[in-house]
Amino acid sequence: MSEQAAPVKDTATGEPPRPGRFRRLAAQIAAGPPWVVTVLSILLAMLVGAVLIIASDQEATAAFGYFFARPGDSISASWDAVSTAYQALLRGAIFNPDSASTVTDALRPISETLTEATPLIFGGLAVGLAFRAGLFNIGGQGQLIMGAIATTWVGFTLDAPAVIALPAAILAGLGGGALYGGLVGWLKARTGAHEVIVTIMLNYVAFLLLGYLIGSEAFRDPDNPQPVSKPVNEAARLPHLFGDSLRVNAGLLLALAAVVFAWWLLNRSTLGFQLRTVGANPNAARTAGMSVGYGQTMAMLISGGLMGLVGVSQVLGTANANNALTQQIDAGLGFTAITVALLGRASPVGTVAAALLFGALQAGGREMQAAAGVSIEIVTVIQALIVLFVAAPALVRGIFRLRGEGEGSTGLLAKGWNG
Amino acid sequence: MSDTLTPSAGPAAATAAATDRGHWYVGGAMTLAGLYGLWAFGLGSRTDDGAQATFSWNLVGGQGLQVPDLTVPAAPTAIVLSLVCVAVGLLRIALRLTGRRRVAATTVHLVAFVAAFLVWATAGHSLNFTSVLNATVLAATPLILGALCGVLCERSGVINVAIEGQFLVGAFAAAFFASITDSLWVGLVAGCLGGGLLGAMLAVFANRYLVQQVVLGVVINLFAAGLTGFLYERLMQTNPEYNKTMTFGAIDIPLLSDLPVIGPVLFGQNIVFYLMIVLIAVVQIGLFHTRWGLRTRAVGEHPTAADTVGIRVVGMRYCNVILGGLIAGLGGVWLTIGLNITFNKNMAAGQGFIALAALIFGRWSPLGAVSAALLFGFAGGVSVSLQPLETPVPTAFLSMTPYLATIFAVAGLVGAVRAPAADGIPYTKR
Amino acid sequence: MSLQLRGITKRFGSLVANDGIDLEVRPGEIHCLLGENGAGKSTLMNILYGLYQPDEGQILLDGRELTINGPRDAIAAGIGMVHQHFMLVPVFTVAENVMLGDERTRRLGWLDRRRARRDVAAISARYGLQVDPDALVADLPVGVQQRVEIIKALIRDARVLILDEPTAVLTPQETQELFAVMRSLREAGRSIVFITHKLKEVKAIADRITVIRRGAVVGTATPDASEVELAGLMVGRRVRLTVDKEPAAVSPDTPPAFSVENLTVLDESGQAAVDGVSFDIRPGEILGIAGVQGNGQTELAEAILGLRPVAEGRIVLDGRDLTGDSPRQRLRAGIGYVPEDRNHDALVADSSVAENLVLDLYDRPPFGRRGSMDVRAIRANARQRVEEFDIRTASIDTPVGALSGGNQQKVVVAREMSRPLRLLVAAQPTRGVDVGAMEFIHKRIVAERDLGRPVLIISTELDEIFGLADRIAVMYRGKIMAIVPPDTSREHIGLLMAGAHPEEPGGAKGPERPEGGSGPATSAESLKPTGPGGPDETAEAAGIAGTGATGAQDTENAKGGDDE
Repeated sequence: MSEQAAPVKDTATGEPPRPGRFRRLAAQIAAGPPWVVTVLSILLAMLVGAVLIIASDQEATAAFGYFFARPGDSISASWDAVSTAYQALLRGAIFNPDSASTVTDALRPISETLTEATPLIFGGLAVGLAFRAGLFNIGGQGQLIMGAIATTWVGFTLDAPAVIALPAAILAGLGGGALYGGLVGWLKARTGAHEVIVTIMLNYVAFLLLGYLIGSEAFRDPDNPQPVSKPVNEAARLPHLFGDSLRVNAGLLLALAAVVFAWWLLNRSTLGFQLRTVGANPNAARTAGMSVGYGQTMAMLISGGLMGLVGVSQVLGTANANNALTQQIDAGLGFTAITVALLGRASPVGTVAAALLFGALQAGGREMQAAAGVSIEIVTVIQALIVLFVAAPALVRGIFRLRGEGEGSTGLLAKGWNG
Repeated sequence: MSDTLTPSAGPAAATAAATDRGHWYVGGAMTLAGLYGLWAFGLGSRTDDGAQATFSWNLVGGQGLQVPDLTVPAAPTAIVLSLVCVAVGLLRIALRLTGRRRVAATTVHLVAFVAAFLVWATAGHSLNFTSVLNATVLAATPLILGALCGVLCERSGVINVAIEGQFLVGAFAAAFFASITDSLWVGLVAGCLGGGLLGAMLAVFANRYLVQQVVLGVVINLFAAGLTGFLYERLMQTNPEYNKTMTFGAIDIPLLSDLPVIGPVLFGQNIVFYLMIVLIAVVQIGLFHTRWGLRTRAVGEHPTAADTVGIRVVGMRYCNVILGGLIAGLGGVWLTIGLNITFNKNMAAGQGFIALAALIFGRWSPLGAVSAALLFGFAGGVSVSLQPLETPVPTAFLSMTPYLATIFAVAGLVGAVRAPAADGIPYTKR
Repeated sequence: MSLQLRGITKRFGSLVANDGIDLEVRPGEIHCLLGENGAGKSTLMNILYGLYQPDEGQILLDGRELTINGPRDAIAAGIGMVHQHFMLVPVFTVAENVMLGDERTRRLGWLDRRRARRDVAAISARYGLQVDPDALVADLPVGVQQRVEIIKALIRDARVLILDEPTAVLTPQETQELFAVMRSLREAGRSIVFITHKLKEVKAIADRITVIRRGAVVGTATPDASEVELAGLMVGRRVRLTVDKEPAAVSPDTPPAFSVENLTVLDESGQAAVDGVSFDIRPGEILGIAGVQGNGQTELAEAILGLRPVAEGRIVLDGRDLTGDSPRQRLRAGIGYVPEDRNHDALVADSSVAENLVLDLYDRPPFGRRGSMDVRAIRANARQRVEEFDIRTASIDTPVGALSGGNQQKVVVAREMSRPLRLLVAAQPTRGVDVGAMEFIHKRIVAERDLGRPVLIISTELDEIFGLADRIAVMYRGKIMAIVPPDTSREHIGLLMAGAHPEEPGGAKGPERPEGGSGPATSAESLKPTGPGGPDETAEAAGIAGTGATGAQDTENAKGGDDE
């Protein structure tokens, strides 16, 4: 694999060779600092994705059947398959020159990326915040479902103007997720029950509850043959930001506000100080007079609240057409959020960057599926691989023969079920 | 939770106190459950008017010995059974039962309560109990295989939350390779290898790159879901030849399969099922009666001690995690060519996580995990069988029981649950 | 089998744990390795057992050089080890633990439990190690667990048995039983390396004694050397550390500001780690608690801050009973607390110096107001403390983990002294700290005393205790052996630390009695100094004390021994 090293490094440093700066940058990259590892991880994951595309491409595999007769065929077929797919990805995520006749059309890919990134920002912040307090919130699925249930219920029952209905629905979603997450923290502080086990279990409890509710009289939409809840009132929906033809909505503003809040909480609030200390060194926290249990409960409460906002953006936003609860309302975001937080190294700003990247992959993935016939599922594979590589920097440095030092960056100390 | 009995200081003390007060909590809960049963099942409207509950015991078209149907008056039966629950609950409060007696009491309570529930649910209808059991066993099979995988991994000290992913890859590989080769056996081997491959991935990243193991498991699950989903859409959706409906034929064990009720359920299944039975025995016996098992447990409990007597800690972990992956892969095989179902996206549908719950609920022991898996499978089987009876209880709540039970278990409300001491902690030499 | 270690050197970073150690163990002898905690005994033995690799030196077995890459090699060479922390799997039975790694099996790897049981029973009977092979190890008392460890080594036919601080966890009766076992092993021709810091035991059992101090061999002796002589060798005959301070200006009848009354604290296993301890500290007085590590000092300090529940007794500060209070309440009540392990309990390595300087003040004005933190106040505070305490750091935003040990400790001390205190508790305040930082920290502690505050210093460094304390309490096995004035002789305190009551209980008041001088006349023969220096110039008073090689003194200086 080391053959890849040279071209990759060249592209990364591909600027006019001003000797001093170039050499310094080259040396810096060779030292393999975290950002280089991250970039290389993304490239590596895309590369594996390309291999998968080729392997599953009928023409390419057919051409490989007679590889030794005419190797050029298989190479060009492979190149075609990969370049078509990845070009579509870029078109869907950033800019599509073929449909950019109007400003709106030109902005559509970006709008899609931002729309996809919105729930990921909430989710990434939620997981990242818990990380900083030394907790692994794998219960995002459950919390976002509970948030979605609460927000939906308020959304279709509360008949009020938008200034009341929308904030009320948002707060309900926040509260639903917060309580569901806080329960986990409380159980951990109180009984030592491991948050990972409890959250996994609660995910399914929420999922089953959701299934029950959307079939129940209180929630079910009588006009819909499918088990879907009543749609939320017009007033409680998150408004579009730039006209109805672009999906990007006010949820994005809410997400940016959440980023600011999370940044303030972690870096400027006494509670955040306590959370970080509890997460980084619980013994020192205890010695400094902090209550570790309180910190853990609060961390899970806030994390759950942010996950609840994922549910809010799923229901009240533009992601689903009828603004109602469905059994698939979670869209696996609780788990994707974990990858966002890991890639963003649990910092609010990093989370935004990671969410934008994954949002772009998601938006581009849809275009790739439509235009190139490559299943969008490959985006999940790429995301998982990026995070896997980022978590094992020694592997990436080994592949690219970088020096580098330091160990894993998953942000959590290795701890078992008993710790 | 009341604090009046013992002041508690910190999680450890709270857990200890909870177990100390356990007979109060558990006994109280059992009594309440019995009283609830009395009110809801015995005196409820469903069992009014002398409604009868009929239980049949023969599978449709079943051969072998036939057993006559059992018809009971619903209300009196439910009342008696509920009173048994109340009595057992009170017994647990009054006497500090320990060991086998406690287990026996809990079992009696559980059986009586479930029976009362079933009588109530069946009132005015008929329920084929053997088909409930059959559904239980079919649902429990992948859970058992997944939990056995978990036993191997976690007993040797590597947390495995990637059972779900291993199921998916196993299921996909089994369906795909069985379809293209038209050989179920190739499918079976491929499915196992698929799970084993993910096991190897888990082992390498956990032991060599020291990635936090829960994070790792979650990411591997995503990877597996994406990979199988991608290949499904790219290959199988366009070409059904890659995803055929095929399955192993049932093998009736002579004589035993003619037994009533348990005959068809336990002795009339296919080869994957029998492989699972063999694996239960192999893992249980292997873990507690062989050199390999002794070393595996030592490595999971106290790796440094194992190291000081010359055992290769990391080597043992690699070996067990990969073996576990092969077993979980078999669970995936069951989901497709074991059950005569074609592969579908995300078809594991959380069963890997229920297997994890069974492992924890069964306290990391093979037989415990098997019992838990059967219990969870029964919850699933009953909820399926009850649907035509139109009970007012939503089956969703029945399906929640495995998860809620596990939460109660880890919160120490049903006795202390202890993972292997070094589970999840990578071993590095100084 | 004779075993020789030649010039073994092991470094951990800049710390030299073993410095050119030579050691010879003859067949059929009990060879005692005597030294204080942290002297490097365990490191040496872990090298011998293959758990560490030496940086320099050789291991010779019957004259042939041996490379030991791991425990497997050590076992094969006939070396067995009983670790200080037992290497037993608690949930296994005795027989399972004994056979682990060397299983008795039938076909297909099937465990032959009957044979394992029989083998355990055979070894038990041969050496008088009574133990039930089917008992679960977790259920056994530590003394019996230790027997299991010994059986483990013997069943692998160990001819050299290393016992690392075996008596640390034993009751006196169990110790006697262990000695009986050791004698029977010696009779059977096996060699034993017995690691300890307890003088009485050395005299009771050893055939030969090697004394290690600060990573180097400082002398060898025979068991007829007196305890006083051995104590001198072990603790070192260093010139006392001078701390610039006046005697405490408190009269004995000042009422105490802080008292601990009949305090009992349990450790994790439910044993009394602190056992009915009582003492008072008057305002403007430093009480020093001396003792070998692990005699309850840690638990005492943690109980004072409220990190560990009190089983019995009271803790009273300025007339207020703090026993039931949370750590936060106690900090608010004015306790300043410097824990013994700063990285474990006092600092967040990845956080900045500035943040660590407000770790227990973060939510109080001026740093925190209504849930929000005032970064400017925190930074101003940091700049001020860095200046005042001379903390050498690149900036106040540097992660504290990047600082040297001494500067890290200054961060802790600066934080704890930056608010008005009513009691200062400092455990090992200068552990792993350079000389400059040490002097500085000592000065600050004395300054705190001179402000009229009660100060409790817990230290395993006798020099530090002598330098700071106005009164010295010696702890041994959770109890206070005695509280003595600061001019008590070092030997006297050394004996108290080793659990021995000197002939004159209550301590030698008044002029120091040259105890060593009255020691047995055999001392000259029984103690042979090693190393190039020969009899050392500091070997005054007792006239014994072989001293270390120069390397040892260098380490001493580096670690702040402050010899003159």
